[in-house]
Amino acid sequence: MKSGEKLVLGIEGTAWNLSAAVVSMKGVIAEAESTYTPPSGGIHPREAAQHHSANIGEVLDRVFNTASSEGVLPEDLSAVAFSQGPGLGPCLRTVATSARALSLTLGIPLIGVNHCVAHIEVGRWNCGMRDPVVLYVSGANSQVIAYRRGRYRVFGETLDISIGNALDKFARYVGLQHPGGPKVEKLAEPAEEYVPLPYVVKGMDFSFSGLATAARDAFDAGAPLGNVCRSFQETAFSMLVEVGERALAHCGKSEMLLVGGVAANRRLNEMLSLMCEDRGARFDTPEDRFVRDNGAMIAITGLIMLENGITTPVEASAVNPNYRTDEVEVTWID
Amino acid sequence: MDRLNECDGPIYMNPSDGKYSTSRDILFVARGAEAVVEIFSDIAVKTRIPKRYRLKEIDTRMRKNRTFTEARIMSEARRIGIPTPIIKDLSDYVIVMNRVHGRLLKDCITTELCERVGALVGLLHKGGMIHGDLTTSNMILSEDGRIYMIDFGLSFFDTEIESRGVDVHVLFQTLKSTHDGYEDLTEAFKKGYRPILDCADDVLNREREIEKRGRYL
Repeated sequence: MKSGEKLVLGIEGTAWNLSAAVVSMKGVIAEAESTYTPPSGGIHPREAAQHHSANIGEVLDRVFNTASSEGVLPEDLSAVAFSQGPGLGPCLRTVATSARALSLTLGIPLIGVNHCVAHIEVGRWNCGMRDPVVLYVSGANSQVIAYRRGRYRVFGETLDISIGNALDKFARYVGLQHPGGPKVEKLAEPAEEYVPLPYVVKGMDFSFSGLATAARDAFDAGAPLGNVCRSFQETAFSMLVEVGERALAHCGKSEMLLVGGVAANRRLNEMLSLMCEDRGARFDTPEDRFVRDNGAMIAITGLIMLENGITTPVEASAVNPNYRTDEVEVTWID
Repeated sequence: MDRLNECDGPIYMNPSDGKYSTSRDILFVARGAEAVVEIFSDIAVKTRIPKRYRLKEIDTRMRKNRTFTEARIMSEARRIGIPTPIIKDLSDYVIVMNRVHGRLLKDCITTELCERVGALVGLLHKGGMIHGDLTTSNMILSEDGRIYMIDFGLSFFDTEIESRGVDVHVLFQTLKSTHDGYEDLTEAFKKGYRPILDCADDVLNREREIEKRGRYL
């Protein structure tokens, strides 16, 4: 491999997705993944962890094989990054163990990466943004985030469950398979009626559990499923876009970045781009492969941290299932 | 804004477009994320603007609810002794209120004024209300020497310690970032706040916790 360019291996495994990637600042050199799909219902932490430990050897083999066909050998790597949290404890531990072993074997630094910060960094990297307001929406998280003075500050967040979780819960109740979000989106598209549902924005925070319950009730009361799906999306997304707009106005920023699994929803994209158009702000969301959980986002963040002199000694590499976005010291924006 | 009448007197509304006008020209316009405030010599007209991104059903419902809640909290606060602009007219999306003449607190803050702010915020919280955007730009020292609270656009009814703590925290953040002598100002605020609210110490302790979380901007 050409000299000078730093290469980092990143391993993601906070929940359903086990994925590894080798990246340079120029792009992804190799990537491999294995996803855990529950046979029914939602994700079971123990089963997801068992899936990860059964498959991580094979995933790493594949990523190293692809990398070597691109001329990158394990000894060319500068560091190993892994998802340190937040996430499901058993899954995190599986991935952390592999990362430590690789770091010691290859004699290269270990870098513990915050999964939420990784979503932001890969988005900034992929969309070429400098200092955006970030709407981070997934099965586990719903936050409006903006950088200020050394941290990504949470400007607003859910008071109860995440938007993805609310969509999944509702979908499961009405008999749709996991993951429910894409199915709700599909059913919503042709629907034209609006069923009033609770719109809860309190200060800068929002809440989705009451909305999920009200949507169930509306379905039980006989409202057509498509209409309920449409109303669910419209209400929940309006709440998110509203707080996103407030964050733009309050922080005086002019970029809006959408990340996390729910970012794949086209209606949410449309609403955010309308809002940004009206405010004269730039809106973007990364390519699909970087939007959902993926190894490249851990690797890119690890690379940015490495270039800023941040590594994680093994003694400090314990996983943190409740690792908050605003706990991470961010030294690379200003 | 179109002027419709040259007559003296406070306000006129054009029934065809619902817009307001006074005998004098508009002085300036303040634009927030969800509303536009047009300032005239004697009145301020706050209009919640429609959002293209949301369904019309949601948009009209939210703008109506918010306008109504804001007006309700303004008058409720006033009733329990907190100076707020007097509402002169209210329609679905528009609040017409009298303009408060004076200086923004951010331009004339002192520890003495900060203590009075503490007492006012204490009163507001005791009354079951949260301002939601307590900054020294949202308070006016009027010409008659009273401190007015303005912009209740993010206000809501709530008695949770957490909400009160966030309310106070937002104010402390502004004091910290825009004023010298931050410590003295917050101490003065606490001095004014404590005697008003029974659970004031719980709120102030929570504020410290919230600060440690490093969350709010």
